[in-house]
Amino acid sequence: MTQLILLHEDDNVLVVVAPVEVGDMLTVAGGTVPAREGITVGHKVARHALAAGDKVIKYGAPIGSMIAPAEPGEWVHMHNMKSDYIASHTRAVVGGAA
Amino acid sequence: MIEGYLRSDGRKGIRNVTIVAYLVECAHHVARRIVDKADDPDVHLVGFPGCYPNAYAAKVMEAIATHPNVGGVVLVSLGCESFNRERLRAVVEASGRPVELLVIQEVGGTAATTKAGLEAVERVRAGAAKTPRVPMAVEELVVATICGGSDGTSGITANPAVGRAFDRFVADGATCIFEETGELVGCETIMATRAITPELGREIEACVEKAERYYTTMGFGSFAPGNAEGGLTTQEEKSMGAYSKSGSSPISGIIKPGDLAPTGGLYLLDVVPDGEPRFGFPNISDNAEIVELIACGAHVTLFTTGRGSVVGSAISPVIKICANPETGRRLAADMDVNAGRILEGQATLAQVGDEIYDRVIAVASGERSVSEELGHREFILTYKAFEPVGPACLPTRAQSVLA
Repeated sequence: MTQLILLHEDDNVLVVVAPVEVGDMLTVAGGTVPAREGITVGHKVARHALAAGDKVIKYGAPIGSMIAPAEPGEWVHMHNMKSDYIASHTRAVVGGAA
Repeated sequence: MIEGYLRSDGRKGIRNVTIVAYLVECAHHVARRIVDKADDPDVHLVGFPGCYPNAYAAKVMEAIATHPNVGGVVLVSLGCESFNRERLRAVVEASGRPVELLVIQEVGGTAATTKAGLEAVERVRAGAAKTPRVPMAVEELVVATICGGSDGTSGITANPAVGRAFDRFVADGATCIFEETGELVGCETIMATRAITPELGREIEACVEKAERYYTTMGFGSFAPGNAEGGLTTQEEKSMGAYSKSGSSPISGIIKPGDLAPTGGLYLLDVVPDGEPRFGFPNISDNAEIVELIACGAHVTLFTTGRGSVVGSAISPVIKICANPETGRRLAADMDVNAGRILEGQATLAQVGDEIYDRVIAVASGERSVSEELGHREFILTYKAFEPVGPACLPTRAQSVLA
């Protein structure tokens, strides 16, 4: 079953459409890599190697910037990217540890 | 064929609801008791909790009380609040609808007003029942959309499927409204290119910039913790997904809460207040936005959700479209359309778009949506401040005056 989809040819991230388990072989630009972590549906992984400062492209449009590098197939989320507009918040930020 | 309820202003409704409206929180309990005791799926509770005057709230309440889905109105006032009850009654009366006003301090308290209110509901319903039924064309429909509890699947399944349905409704000549400029931050440049005039394009960019400034002052974007848990990382990522609900039709104009679109076509509802931030967050929760869409004449609201929202609304039915297949299984009994099938390869975007279109026609023809059937009748209205839209926002207005 397809686990990752490409929404737009300019994108440098892929979207998880079926749950990913550690060790699953993920098809990314240039071949397959084993998943380092479990990733749930709706999340993103790097399509190819990304460096800090790179714009993250999804739907063919910039959706933020990397703040840390990511290897192909690595999970891309709040730990390694940020908004170019308004900072995102989580429950821990708002109300203390969840 | 849709059989509409013909109102005196020529608009047609798909429901014939009686509303019981409290004009201050102090009258909320009595109004709720009246609605509870009436025990009728077409008697709905609405209201405004504030004691201080607010032009926006007055405008929205007038728009709600004269909405084509509303057949009659019972107003419940405490007596000392500042809401102009006489004006609201006069506006409803002028629209040809039955209306009754109860002032708790004059009627004699909770029990007496509840009893009087129930009798008023009976009379108003009897009056509303005389509303003529007439054929209603698809082009007479106003269809709105909102997303709530979005996740990483919303922008690839339910939202673009609503966009497909919107494109069909716009092609039919219907009016479609999308909204939440705070959730369009990051899309303003792309969106401006779809405006029917360059001046409107600049207004679209300006209204998204206003939203960004406003939310920055609030200290939070329009981004909930559940969005991040669902795989969305940034405001602009959420925005790009939300934006796809608008489909691909040209954008005909910008309206504000309580405004009616002058023609068919696709309109953007600017929900972020004008001026310095004063009363807090633009919309404190999804239902505040749904109320504004209804105040703009929406007969039906298409609500897409990834994490799983269960809400409905007073006045106009909400149709739920679930984006995430896992949520779709867990909350199946709350959803009208399962767009998560797209991710599992069981349906295409176009098929789900057609299913949404057909569902709107069925609900407009009298079938109850799932949230309606479950008794969801949420309504929330709070303080805001708006300036009227400028002439560049409505290039179609001149056209409609000529027509």
